[in-house]
Amino acid sequence: MHDLIVGNTLVENDWHWLRLPESATPVRKSAGKVVLFKLTGEPAATADVVAACEVPAGKVMVPLSVWLHRHAELENRVAAGEIGVWLDSHEEPVELAESVSGDLNRLPLIGVNFPKFIDGRGYSTAFILRTRYGYRNQLRALGDVLRDQMFFFHRCGFDAYQLRADQNAERCIKALKDFTTPYQTSTDGLTPVFRRRSAQQATA
Amino acid sequence: MSAAGKRPTGQWITYMYRYDDYDHTLVIERVAQYRDQLQRHLAGELPDDEFRPLRLQNGLYIQRQAPMLRVAIPYGMLSSTQLRKLADIGRRYDRGYGHFSTRQNMQFNWPRLEDTADILAELATVEMHAIQTSGNCIRNITTDPFAGVAPDEIVDPRPYCEVLRQWSTFHPEFAFLPRKFKIAVSGTLEDRAVTYAHDVGLQLYRNDKGDVLARVIVGGGMGRTPMLGSVIHEGLPWQHLSTYLDAVLRVYNRYGRRDNAYKARIKILVKAIGAEEFARQVDAEWQLERNGIATITEEELARARAAFSDPDMPERDATDASFDAQRAQDPAFARWVSRSVRAHKRAGYRSVTLSLKPTGVAPGDITSEQMDAAADLADRFSFGELRVTHEQNLVLADVALSDLHALWQGARAHGLATPNIGLLTDIICCPGGDFCSLANAKSIPIAQAIQEAFADLDYLYDIGELELNISGCMNSCGHHHVGHIGILGVDKAGSEWYQVSIGGAQGNTTSLADVIGPSFAADEVPGVVQKLIETYVEHRTPEERFLDTVRRLGVAPFKKHVYGEVARKAEVAHA
Repeated sequence: MHDLIVGNTLVENDWHWLRLPESATPVRKSAGKVVLFKLTGEPAATADVVAACEVPAGKVMVPLSVWLHRHAELENRVAAGEIGVWLDSHEEPVELAESVSGDLNRLPLIGVNFPKFIDGRGYSTAFILRTRYGYRNQLRALGDVLRDQMFFFHRCGFDAYQLRADQNAERCIKALKDFTTPYQTSTDGLTPVFRRRSAQQATA
Repeated sequence: MSAAGKRPTGQWITYMYRYDDYDHTLVIERVAQYRDQLQRHLAGELPDDEFRPLRLQNGLYIQRQAPMLRVAIPYGMLSSTQLRKLADIGRRYDRGYGHFSTRQNMQFNWPRLEDTADILAELATVEMHAIQTSGNCIRNITTDPFAGVAPDEIVDPRPYCEVLRQWSTFHPEFAFLPRKFKIAVSGTLEDRAVTYAHDVGLQLYRNDKGDVLARVIVGGGMGRTPMLGSVIHEGLPWQHLSTYLDAVLRVYNRYGRRDNAYKARIKILVKAIGAEEFARQVDAEWQLERNGIATITEEELARARAAFSDPDMPERDATDASFDAQRAQDPAFARWVSRSVRAHKRAGYRSVTLSLKPTGVAPGDITSEQMDAAADLADRFSFGELRVTHEQNLVLADVALSDLHALWQGARAHGLATPNIGLLTDIICCPGGDFCSLANAKSIPIAQAIQEAFADLDYLYDIGELELNISGCMNSCGHHHVGHIGILGVDKAGSEWYQVSIGGAQGNTTSLADVIGPSFAADEVPGVVQKLIETYVEHRTPEERFLDTVRRLGVAPFKKHVYGEVARKAEVAHA
């Protein structure tokens, strides 16, 4: 079972994570220019699959590809607060931001997938969503979400963590506080340590 | 249990950065976190492939014979107290020695996996750790070992290194990069930090108003595809170093290749899209944080600067009669002075390099007894402070001219005064196939065979300045690409061969060496070096170093002399 932590509490997960069957043709990779590539050998969904897939009733996190091609038909459900979008690790937050008419905060939930925990692109995705695009609603880590990365997830702007099935939720909650005095600023509202040092001296 | 949880109490006189409560807490929490990870692993709850990236970020490799633990020595600075702790760890948890790496760190080759958390706790008592000494993250930042004392210094890089150490430590966004990420900082006329061969090199300088600016060089590196970096930003004010580096790292984190470990370094991305395009993307990304809260403050820089203030050095005369007399009377002392002693910015002081390259010992290895001795020498003669060089030697930075003879005697008694600094036998060498599981070939025995072949000091001095670097594999930990002579271990059908290149260099005229031809068997290597030297001696002009002759003549005459006799043998092997 995939436990869900929101903030620092274990909660019921009422969102369905819609994943598409992947095509058999691998995505071509090229080093000639900036390309977005997935991890070796991972195929992506074809346009046919994207067009044909059924978005079930209730609260659903849809893949970015489905959102980009079909957001017109999903508008009513967005207004009802039952559509979220998830990005895979190689996908661009800018595409999501530009496709949402008005404010990105019309979406109640954005997910970011970590296909493997050593694939750290999702941390930058989260940072960008929180800072450049001012996203304030739930930002959920999906996929290989493990105890030893909880602290980093939290600092980069995630506030919800859909744990991998084998993870112990209690320990993961504890791991959010592995460190109490991190050095850098990030999207968690903490100032850089040098500003904290300075403030501490001023009040001392 | 261990010292974790206790606030370190070590009081030492030093002129380097000292931890405050923030730093202490972080390191102690890291020990606790790692101890938990290790226990879960030993209990079978954390499988190998998930423990691996975690232990690597704590400097722990699983090697051929035992784990190897790499301890961080930020920008290469050590207090005598810290060095004594390393000696103690070497004795209690290893086999009585340690090894200085080309990243100015210390490696222990024989700890027990079960002890590694305790070792980290011991390190925490002297403000040390193993954080990010390996793994796909921002590694220990390196700099000039003569920082703060070099006469040609424009900006002391250490305060900037410390600010960036804090910025990079557990940076939440960049803990799982496509590949390792190495930063070097220099602030001198003569670059001694190999800034063009790093993922990011920062060269600090001043404008006419005296403001400190950085030249940002990106995409250099050794490894399988050696490249010199490109300048992507000229004149970056120091206040923006961390936000600008955030932008560099973000572009790399998102677009660096992750499908092939050999093509995952930032240099491949920079090359693929071009330095100009890379710079443009970084600049666009930078605008997001520029002038934001992470901008480094005057106050923070002042705090870091104060941490690296000069020791309280008595005024001295520029010359010392006793030193002159000792040098005149004692040729061995004079010889050591000529190689090991460098100019200092203050009159009457010198910087001294202690050689860890005697013949018969793996380059960079140091026994616990020698560590204690070096710590004592630092206390007696250099304000209790030492530096580790990327050439794998130790430096005492602030020694009075009048103390040099006593220092030399003390160093000689412990095998730390081999007069070969900068000469052919001062070999840079990775641990190689004797220890490292990545290596294709052994490197230490090659270094030793070369040292034995060139043991004659008169001959060694006649050859003059020569940097010979050996790597046991393409990962290039032994910096063979920038050696005047570079030797690389290669694997051919399961046996060990050595590719030889010449003409590489570090410093302001950094260049990558050219391969001279097909590779050699291990026992041929000293003979090949001998032939390269013969070619040099034959063709050199009076002022030329080996490197200069190679640059003037090219590879051809060297190649001809080497392969004239061994060509057939090598070709057969190569086929």
